[in-house]
Amino acid sequence: MNNMMSLVLRTTGYFLLPLLLIFSVFLLLRGHDEPGGGFIAGLVAAAAVCLHLFFTDIAATRRLLHIDPRDLLGWGLTLATLSGIPAVFMGDPFFTSQWVEMTLPILGETKVGTPLLFDIGVYAVVVGSVLAIVLSLAEAEE
Amino acid sequence: MLLAVLSGFLFACIAPVIHGARPLAKSYYGAGWVLAALPAVLFLWFASHLRAVGLDGEVILDSWTWIPSLGISLSFRLDGLSLLFALLISGIGFFIIAYAGRYLEGHKDQARLYVLLLCFMASMLGLVLSDNLISLFVFWELTSITSYLLVGFSHEDKSSRLSARQGLFVTMGGGLALLAGFVMLGMAGGSYELSELLSQRELLHDHAFYAPMLILIVIGAFSKSAQFPFHFWLPNAMAAPTPVSAYLHSATMVKAGVYLLARLNPGLGGTELWTMILGLVGAFTMFIGVFLAVRSTGIKKVLAYSTVMALGTLTMLIGIGTPTAITAAMAFLLAHSLYKGALFLVAGIIGHSTGSKDFMHTGGFRSAMPVTALFAGVAALSLGGIIPLFGFVAKELMLEAVLDAPLFSAVLSTLAVASAILGVTVAAIVGIRPWYGRLAETKVTPHEAPPAMLAGPVVLASLSLLLGLSAPLVQQWLLGSAITAVYGAPVEKTLSLWHGFNLPLLISAVSLVAGLLLFAVWQGFRRATRFTDVLAKIGPEQWYERAMVAITHVSAWQTRMLQTGYLRYYLMVVLSSMVALVLSQMWTYRDSINLLIDFSDLRFYEVVVAAVLASSVLMAAITSSRLSAVAALGAIGFTVALLYLLFSAPDLSITQVLVETLTVILLVLVLFRLPGFVKLSPTHLRLRDAGLAVIVGATMTLLLLSVNGTQYFDSISEYFIAESAPSAYGRNIVNVILVDFRTLDTLGEIFVLALAATGVLAMIRFRAEDKDL
Repeated sequence: MNNMMSLVLRTTGYFLLPLLLIFSVFLLLRGHDEPGGGFIAGLVAAAAVCLHLFFTDIAATRRLLHIDPRDLLGWGLTLATLSGIPAVFMGDPFFTSQWVEMTLPILGETKVGTPLLFDIGVYAVVVGSVLAIVLSLAEAEE
Repeated sequence: MLLAVLSGFLFACIAPVIHGARPLAKSYYGAGWVLAALPAVLFLWFASHLRAVGLDGEVILDSWTWIPSLGISLSFRLDGLSLLFALLISGIGFFIIAYAGRYLEGHKDQARLYVLLLCFMASMLGLVLSDNLISLFVFWELTSITSYLLVGFSHEDKSSRLSARQGLFVTMGGGLALLAGFVMLGMAGGSYELSELLSQRELLHDHAFYAPMLILIVIGAFSKSAQFPFHFWLPNAMAAPTPVSAYLHSATMVKAGVYLLARLNPGLGGTELWTMILGLVGAFTMFIGVFLAVRSTGIKKVLAYSTVMALGTLTMLIGIGTPTAITAAMAFLLAHSLYKGALFLVAGIIGHSTGSKDFMHTGGFRSAMPVTALFAGVAALSLGGIIPLFGFVAKELMLEAVLDAPLFSAVLSTLAVASAILGVTVAAIVGIRPWYGRLAETKVTPHEAPPAMLAGPVVLASLSLLLGLSAPLVQQWLLGSAITAVYGAPVEKTLSLWHGFNLPLLISAVSLVAGLLLFAVWQGFRRATRFTDVLAKIGPEQWYERAMVAITHVSAWQTRMLQTGYLRYYLMVVLSSMVALVLSQMWTYRDSINLLIDFSDLRFYEVVVAAVLASSVLMAAITSSRLSAVAALGAIGFTVALLYLLFSAPDLSITQVLVETLTVILLVLVLFRLPGFVKLSPTHLRLRDAGLAVIVGATMTLLLLSVNGTQYFDSISEYFIAESAPSAYGRNIVNVILVDFRTLDTLGEIFVLALAATGVLAMIRFRAEDKDL
């Protein structure tokens, strides 16, 4: 795929990649109140990595990821499942959401809860499954 | 108590880290001792309840809600019976994990063994502590799964894979019967809580479900505890590493079935049916187990079959159900766990220090391994039921119970006496054969085992002796409350080492002499009984093999019939079944359906979007170029996203746009690999497909119109809108529904997503491999 690389794609890609990734985290975090959430954010992140795949090659994309997307699947499922457990210790049924509200220096009034952990799990599963398929398709291509 | 159960799973998560830690990996003792700390702590924690639960007979209950709407909770119960089991599980677990640290030293998968052992321990504790039938069942299945993984530990070896699968099929098949039995029990008793069920003895006995649920539960218990005709899986499970066999397949897991029967005895026991099934099957299993033990020569095979005998004895005693029998059962349970755990560990030491795995290749090891030999001897004495060991106490009680049994006493006594004789022979094989006589030639020069491996046999065998000497104390502190829990009322039977000169003692003496005589002519006996091998050819293991072959045939047949491999047929089946179901329902309720057709608030842009949508659909259907088909599908997708946006569903819209984008990426990757776009179907088939498509579309339109015009229930959206911010801390209702109100649905969906991704990966890889060939 290397010889087909376009300079425009490559240049814009390097600018877009971090922006898209930050945007995906932004979507993930704000998902509980505004449009967004783990599923959408995961798709954005996966699309960003696909972009990287198009202007570099598979080896570089795998290096960028640091982690095999198949492992992301497992971690995502584990995290999502574990997020149900704190409720059990609080005497609530499994998966009852638990929230902690606090005031942080810069962010101000902030709330953190188990649904966020669950959403991060969803995020990881979505990124993992899309990238696992795309990367292995790209590998089969070569 | 929840923490006690969960700590095993939590510890299992960090076990690989501990195992890999550099200072531990290099040290002499390895990670085994560190990981063994958890069972040790649990043992002490359970032991701290000995006074309250064991001596004073209290019952500690502890409950967490799980699925309250279905009556399922994580409720735990610590009474005499669960305390006895919990102490055995954690106490023996300590030695097993420490032992495994040395036994498999340097093995590449040692971390996996630790993880599985800890998971198993936690599941087993959950099983014996559960007070809720459903959570008990969940832990029950978890023990089957961990057992499967542990038996198949050497997964490169085909025979151990087969043994693992056999154990899994037998116990899981029994598990299904058990679940059905539990559901019937819950329906009959009106609760899934054991504490409520067990007090309703009369209600359960007279219920119409009594016989079927008893049979189903008994099938589950028998398959787990290797009762005839399920006994064959246990000796095969010896493919597991020796510490695993010692732990799962003798001391704990296989006793789960016995535990369940004991647990349910106050509620279900005491009927003629109960005594008949449990008593006769148990007695027969006892005899067949010990007979096959004497017929075998593999060290672990002999021990495994003698475990089958012990499990049969326990089942039989619970079936008899008299106070003496229940007392005998609990005493026998404790005695067996101690001596059999010790003997299995000794078997592992023999294998580890000499390389012999068969009694034919052992002999004269006494001088090289004096400590092992001594404590193996003590444990074997307990196995043979010889005074003053605890096994003697248990055996005397067993004989007394069988002689006084209200039903089938003659049959049970005959089998029990025969088994007692052969039991002594087994004890002699284990206790004498490897240690005395001419030194056998071995692959490894015999040497004494390291302390971590000796600790288990030494402590367990010594306990057999100590508990035998202090039998009344054991009853007072531990067994008494367990017996009460099983019998359902306090029992006036005292345990003691010396019962005076009576019939059981005479039988013991006779069986000791006869057993030793039999040992002297062991090889002759094995030759003389060779004719029984014919029976194995028509025995239950063959039924299992036949059933497996039959399952494969049925599966191949139905795959040929149903799985044509053509996407269009799958789609046609799915779509036409959907249409048929929807239309038949709508026809049933045709009187109450209003079709809401109202174009009064139609906007201009809505018409435009609809027109774009319709023309894209047409384009996708009639185009003859793949690229334009893809483009048309993309246009449909983005127009739908626009529709979502117009009707204020931004989340759906974003998702749709992103999915469309990723679809394009995927298509880019595969487009060039696809074969040319040619029309393969003749015109009449295309007409048929078009007809089906129109019908499906019309049905969906009809359905949506009628959904809008008909309201059977109040919409649940009002509740979500009202509750989203105050109780779920979120203003984006779509997301709140996904991650809070309906978390379990989402969890299911991401599991499906992950499975689908795995499936696609597998397909891509197979394609790639095909090309390589």
